[in-house]
Amino acid sequence: MKGTRFWAWLTFGIGAAYFFIPLIATIEFSLRMRRGAYSFDAYRVVFGDERFQATFGYSVLVAAFTIVLGVLIVVPTAYWIRLRLPHIRPVVEFITLLPLIIPAIVIVFGYIRMYGSSSPLPFLATTRGTDLLLAIGYATLALPYMYRAVDTGLRTIDVRTLTEAAQILGAGWATIITRVILPNVLIAVLSGAFLTFAIVIGEFTMASLLNRPAFGPYLQNIGANRAYEPAALAIIAFFITWGCMAVIQILSRYAPKSASRPN
Amino acid sequence: MTDAAISDPAAGRSAPPAGARSLNLPTQWLGVAPFFLFALMFLILPTAYLVLGAFQNDQGEFTLANIYALSQPSILAAYWISIRISLASALLGAFTGLAIAVAIVRGGLPNWVRSATMTFSGVASNFAGVPLAFAFLATLGRLGLVTVLMNTLFGVNIYAYGFNILSFWGLTLTYLYFQIPLMVVIITPAIDGLKKEWGEAAATLGATTWQYWRMVVIPVLWPSFLGTVILLFANAFGAIATAYALTGSSLNIVPILLYAQIRGDVLHNPHLGYALAFGMIFITGLANIFYIWFRTRSERWLK
Repeated sequence: MKGTRFWAWLTFGIGAAYFFIPLIATIEFSLRMRRGAYSFDAYRVVFGDERFQATFGYSVLVAAFTIVLGVLIVVPTAYWIRLRLPHIRPVVEFITLLPLIIPAIVIVFGYIRMYGSSSPLPFLATTRGTDLLLAIGYATLALPYMYRAVDTGLRTIDVRTLTEAAQILGAGWATIITRVILPNVLIAVLSGAFLTFAIVIGEFTMASLLNRPAFGPYLQNIGANRAYEPAALAIIAFFITWGCMAVIQILSRYAPKSASRPN
Repeated sequence: MTDAAISDPAAGRSAPPAGARSLNLPTQWLGVAPFFLFALMFLILPTAYLVLGAFQNDQGEFTLANIYALSQPSILAAYWISIRISLASALLGAFTGLAIAVAIVRGGLPNWVRSATMTFSGVASNFAGVPLAFAFLATLGRLGLVTVLMNTLFGVNIYAYGFNILSFWGLTLTYLYFQIPLMVVIITPAIDGLKKEWGEAAATLGATTWQYWRMVVIPVLWPSFLGTVILLFANAFGAIATAYALTGSSLNIVPILLYAQIRGDVLHNPHLGYALAFGMIFITGLANIFYIWFRTRSERWLK
């Protein structure tokens, strides 16, 4: 047993070294901007950069749209499948897994060819249309995670009884979904939302190929032209991801563990 | 799976009798129509458009010429290096991730080690793209901390020994930063699924630790292990942002070639671009068909 524990610590130690050395190196590098002394100059330059503020703001906005779009598509679908169409669940699950099979670059390539300015649906003809297409593309990327999160949430509540109770009280479908189902799976939806945010905020491929001024292409541009700012940006991005995951962990503590009546 | 069996009779009970059923049918499907419309318009049709385009010439006639054209040396080399990097990072990531998962579940380590590892893995598996490239440039780039420390402390210039972050091994080492945590996140529940009773039963029958691993643990974990390797492969194969930020276009992997093709038709043939995209879907699709197959096989053991 003693031997086992030694090997376990060794494995864990080597793993921890591999994961922490790049973080330490990046932090160290980001502090080296001023010659001969450690300083937060790189962070000051980054936060003071107008393009940082503009692109980050833009990406936050697109992420918010993406989350709303994802919730609008996923929640009613997952609910309806649990309630009425359980037999098509495998089909829907397969479709939600497709974005893991089809690389993002291929999806956006398809958009560029299909929704160009001379097509019947010219999303790319206007700036607003392109923004919308970007949010749509992000919603497809987040689909596997959003669907799984919401479906897990629905599993812990008794969808049928809640629906019947609401119907007896005279509620319509819109009321049932927004005022009965959504509040009950809110924690699951929020987990999906924060995961979506973490995926979308620094996304490069789609934003770059659709020529939108998002945070991902800005990061790439800084990386190609500057020395110390990229390291500072990497640390900022790591903390954003870490923050999203921390929120998800905290949320999961409030999530109900199982249904009163297993479904 | 039991859902269908339980809720079908229930649905029959709450639904009106046969006469109204035909009237009810369209509204049943109306509930999922937005989802299918969305999936069709923004996932399936755009992909189908490229796949069809891969088999057409400029006049819109059917041809295999674009697929044949993929065999020109520069494109073949791009696919080959992409496959090698994806495979190397998937296999190394899978074995390292498995070792870490076994250590935190079975190694008798304190509880906080496990929860800290799982939390960190959740973060690191999502820490990809451009920032990851920056982190590795700051670590192993020419002026990176590790490069400099190796040189000043041990007098070892790793670049003189042929290491380069802008190379096959550099990119593989970088990809491992999200591949290992992804493996840990996926495989830990599978290791939890190994029942204590199996170990005790094996010990009662006089099995050594090695026999227990060879005849119980490995056969049970094998399908989910292999399945995750395939998922990691597809994960690395489609990734572009890290490689692009790290190497610019100096490392000619397929996604970077496709990126250049979309931006400026570097292959001088739009249909060859479609064929390139088709090749990517073909490889990740094939990998995922194996993945689904192994998943269904492994789930039998995790009940």
